[in-house]
Amino acid sequence: MTSATMTSAPSRQPNALIQAFRRNKLSWLGLALLVFIVAIAVFAPLLSPYDPLAQDILHRLEPPSAAHWLGTDTYGRDVMSRLFYGARISLFIGFVAVLIAMTCGSAIGLLAGYFGGLFDQFVMGIVDVMLSFPTLLLGLMIAAMLGASLENLIVAIAITEMAPFARVARAPTISLKQRDFVEAGHALGFSHIRIMGVHILPNMVSDIVVVGSLWMATAIRTEASLSFIGLGVQPPTPTWGGMIREGFENILNSWWLTVFPSLAILITVLALNILGDALRDAIDPKMRSE
Amino acid sequence: MTASGNPLLQIRNLQTEFRVSDAWHAAIQGIDLDVMRNETLAIVGESGSGKSVTALSILRLLPMSGARIARGRILFQDRDLVGLSEREMSGIRGDSIAMIFQEPMTSLNPTMRVGDQIAEAIVIHRGKSWGDARKEALRLLDEVKIPAAAKRMEDYPHEFSGGMRQRVMIAIALACRPKLLLADEPTTALDVTVQAQVLALLNELKTAHDMSVVFITHNLGVVAQIADRVAVMYAGEIVETASVGDLFANPVHPYTEALLRAMPRVDVSAELEPIPGSVPSISGRPEGCNFAPRCQMREPRCSRHPQLSALPGSPGRCARCLVRVDQEQAA
Repeated sequence: MTSATMTSAPSRQPNALIQAFRRNKLSWLGLALLVFIVAIAVFAPLLSPYDPLAQDILHRLEPPSAAHWLGTDTYGRDVMSRLFYGARISLFIGFVAVLIAMTCGSAIGLLAGYFGGLFDQFVMGIVDVMLSFPTLLLGLMIAAMLGASLENLIVAIAITEMAPFARVARAPTISLKQRDFVEAGHALGFSHIRIMGVHILPNMVSDIVVVGSLWMATAIRTEASLSFIGLGVQPPTPTWGGMIREGFENILNSWWLTVFPSLAILITVLALNILGDALRDAIDPKMRSE
Repeated sequence: MTASGNPLLQIRNLQTEFRVSDAWHAAIQGIDLDVMRNETLAIVGESGSGKSVTALSILRLLPMSGARIARGRILFQDRDLVGLSEREMSGIRGDSIAMIFQEPMTSLNPTMRVGDQIAEAIVIHRGKSWGDARKEALRLLDEVKIPAAAKRMEDYPHEFSGGMRQRVMIAIALACRPKLLLADEPTTALDVTVQAQVLALLNELKTAHDMSVVFITHNLGVVAQIADRVAVMYAGEIVETASVGDLFANPVHPYTEALLRAMPRVDVSAELEPIPGSVPSISGRPEGCNFAPRCQMREPRCSRHPQLSALPGSPGRCARCLVRVDQEQAA
């Protein structure tokens, strides 16, 4: 990399990411934690010592022990096994919801920013209204309207998170559409769809992905919150939010029921946030030192 | 190089307007231009004289909301581009009329391999497969003299120098073998030696492809190097047209003269004379001759707006100056 190539801000070298990881030791921790959690979710059937749904009334509300490392719940179900299986649900919901929000939200922002004018004002007006609601409140309203199920929960979270993606996609679109290579694309007779999809979108996909990783953390929190309220995935399917709710009734004498799922959420959200910050630093030219 | 037959491009009485605080103002007006086959026409002028607007009007690339072609015709291969639908225009852009821009550093998509960017236009306009288009792209990269073209096909724009990127831009513009190439200050951002190479390349390709070139520049040195004919623009109007030899030997319009005096020359050690003042804005043009406020030969009659008048002597020689045209006709 010569100094000449670095002066042109648009060129984003892929190894900027590696550089950011090299500089920021914490980002390794984020990555390691996330890999760890994903591995647990993927290999839950192999790692879980018990069936997460198997009840054992004789051993209910047992504190952590050699047989049940993280204790058992009101029905005598193994907390660790439920935690492992819960990781699958939480990560799945977080990932799919963010993916939907990212795709639809970015498309909205891209179209609004590209065409501008009244269409832009109209669409972004709606986006601003959505942004003015707290995520949880909006998720609560949508989930309550749709009814409690896995699919509806994903839809609810996806809708609440569309607005920020629309904002994030619109800003770079407005600056990119004035760039010379976009103008050159017009001069070559390319269609609007082609210019948006092939020439604008790839130049901002990194911004979107960074925001995606941060909003996935929020999605996991929202999922836990909605499940805690009872609007999420219904029992007996294990989810972290649902586990906290069930343990909440016995929080004074059975702390392990709430502490371990809370820790799981904390670690996942932390990992995603650390990673998101590292990614943002990697693509933000102001944060790049050389 | 002499031109023959009908002009490839005929612009007649073209007026393009911009909206400035809810009123339409003409950025260029009464533009008449002919571009012959295999001819290089240079459009010269200061910033704000309307030369880029002229080129963008030909391809109808002006922003739809803030600009419009108010009147005039742009005849290209017997079709009036002004009346074509956006869809028909898309078929012409990059196909029979191509354009290269000033900034090679930013005119390429940073996320796309150079070979694919050249092939893209071929796929779109010629309906070829990507494989065939990439073969053609390789041939084009060779033609614009990029060393190790096969390897460079796979590189991204940031791996190229400015001069090499401008060659890539030229390869993209040539991809569909255009009849007309609009070059909007293509060498301004390059240093002088690279500039000379790119100009030589353009000249060579023009002959090889039997292309016409409209070359927009503010650099008279470049004009001398590449143009067959020159149109000098000032404040949205053509003020003088001439063959390149006539223009440098005997400039008629006071503005052309002033431009030449403001250009550094190796052979004459005269003091450089800047032109006082600046180009009037499109909403604040004077009543009469646009150049009158800055003109040293101003006379009372210059408060009337002059027409572009043919001069005796060489055909195609015109100037928009009441004083000078009278002098020339008297001579």
